[in-house]
Amino acid sequence: MTPETEWLLERWQTMTLIRRTEERIAGMVESGEVRCPCHLYIGQEAVAAGVCAALTTADTVWGGHRSHGHYLAKGGSLAGLFGEVLLKATGCAGGRGGSMHLAAPEVGILGTVPIVAGTVPLAAGAAFAYKLRGEDTVAVAFFGDGALEEGQVHESMNLAALYRLPLVLICENNLYASHLHWSERRVADNLYRAGEFHSVPGEKVDGNDVITVHTAARTAVERARCGEGPALIECRTFRWRGHVGASFDLDVGVERRGELAEWLPRDPLRRLADKLIERGVEDLAQREQAIEVRIGIAVEEARAAPQPEPEQWEVACAR
Amino acid sequence: MRTLTYAQAIREAHAQMLALDARVFVIGQGLWSPWYAGSSLEGLDREFGCARVVDTPVSENAVTGMAVGAALAGLRPIVFHPRMDFMLLAMDPIVNQAANWSYLFGRDSGVPLVIRSVINRGGEQGAQHSQALHAMFMHVPGLKVVMPSTPADAKGLLMVAMADPGPVLYIDDRWLYAESGEVPAQPFTVKIGEAAVRREGSDVTLIGISWMASECVRAAGILEREGIDAEVIDLRSLKPWDKEMVAASVSRTGRAVVADGGWRSAGASADVAAEISERVFDHLLAPVARVALPDAPAPANRAEEQAYYPGAEQIAAAARALLDRGTAGRVKRAAA
Repeated sequence: MTPETEWLLERWQTMTLIRRTEERIAGMVESGEVRCPCHLYIGQEAVAAGVCAALTTADTVWGGHRSHGHYLAKGGSLAGLFGEVLLKATGCAGGRGGSMHLAAPEVGILGTVPIVAGTVPLAAGAAFAYKLRGEDTVAVAFFGDGALEEGQVHESMNLAALYRLPLVLICENNLYASHLHWSERRVADNLYRAGEFHSVPGEKVDGNDVITVHTAARTAVERARCGEGPALIECRTFRWRGHVGASFDLDVGVERRGELAEWLPRDPLRRLADKLIERGVEDLAQREQAIEVRIGIAVEEARAAPQPEPEQWEVACAR
Repeated sequence: MRTLTYAQAIREAHAQMLALDARVFVIGQGLWSPWYAGSSLEGLDREFGCARVVDTPVSENAVTGMAVGAALAGLRPIVFHPRMDFMLLAMDPIVNQAANWSYLFGRDSGVPLVIRSVINRGGEQGAQHSQALHAMFMHVPGLKVVMPSTPADAKGLLMVAMADPGPVLYIDDRWLYAESGEVPAQPFTVKIGEAAVRREGSDVTLIGISWMASECVRAAGILEREGIDAEVIDLRSLKPWDKEMVAASVSRTGRAVVADGGWRSAGASADVAAEISERVFDHLLAPVARVALPDAPAPANRAEEQAYYPGAEQIAAAARALLDRGTAGRVKRAAA
């Protein structure tokens, strides 16, 4: 196997892990076993996998409400994710957060939160810390297209450019913010230019092609690491499921515009699998089975785990 | 011991922390200008460099969020808001993020952050340059809130806030900047959650917050001349606040006046009054009185300002009214 094929196979492993994990979670949402709101990433896996492949373990990743993919791509524990969506004490946030609050500081995931754009200035602040300490660590903020409608993203871009912070901004444009199509929220389709006014260079890439995403991310990350400041990458993609929950192409009770039929053939995982098959990789089915086994073990572990202890409330708040 | 003003004490705490701990940095609006922070930050940029004393664009929201992120990445930021009113633009990083973070993400994920803001009322500045919004932040679990009224506490509480593993809101008051008092030269801390008795007395307990604590001391002087012996407690910390000290004092005096420079409804004074009623009801000789701002925006006109802000006279009047009730309340309850 060539190094290039090996690299692609690693990305395929990551993306398959995300896809199968989320499909399992979707089933658990439908059966009622998972009750916390889950915002599934299915369809967008190439973004997390492509970007995180450009990062070191020390580099930090900051996410939002739809961050299962970021968490897994950066190396967060599978048992910790299932524990968290089931609100168990063994969850990656101790069962205090749920699907929207993931963290794995040991692999650089300092936190994901469901306040749109909430972690963008936090990522800038982490980047400020790396710069002040003279480290070559980079902070990456993942956010959706809706986040570019938040003022704090624009404030953060200006500050990051002004202080030349090692910050990479990944806008995953999946066309919808909750139920609203971009054209209902904005006149022009030009999110990659959002940083121009703040001197943050921007680029638009096919977010369903892991190689394209990775190439752009690697350039931005290396630029940031060398002290050349922040960059914005708009990754065009599409989430297959609704804003929240398991149903396909239905957004908090509103039917979308039927784009799913257009986007299914652009499945980032299928595209990558086809490439690997072309390159002579024959054991994808077995590899997929092994991933399913890992997921099954993590689910059972989470099911067996205890609930968090309610009496720790006051202690936790007094810290 | 040497004497410093309140503003000088704040500056000294900053300078000592910047010198002692390379993780400390200060960020916010007006740090390079002598105008925004008075002498409380004077010359820190020249002494410690503009990389650690960072005057920022007018972006309260992202600057505060950056301070939260820097704290999570291992620094010890002090984010500065020269007027508390401006800080409202930063509610998301303060309330949603900093306050909740360690509850959500565990013991090792604290946000060691000081959010410093200044109450800067009066001077015909009007409704959006005058607000004392501490009660809003007292309401939020996960935030600590401190409000010093003396130069020594201005230093000791800032130093303890900077050593705290969680987010601490440090609120100072421009009306106190010129007050002078003895301040230890060495770094020292004042425990968060511990009030201070400014004057011992037996007839009534005056409980003051920040500027109003200093007005309580003046009120006690007025009352003394009338033969009323008032105890004065300066809360210093609002979250957590020293419920034990207040309860012990009021159980001795039987009367309490709570004086706060914030609004009356759902204000800090309401929380103190409620706790007193719950804890020492059987010792009360009269209902708990509150002296606070009327439920109205800050006026701009000077004459209106004078009517709007209560002070020592109003506190003394409230105490007098409690004394005038005698001990009838207790007698009535005992009979029932």
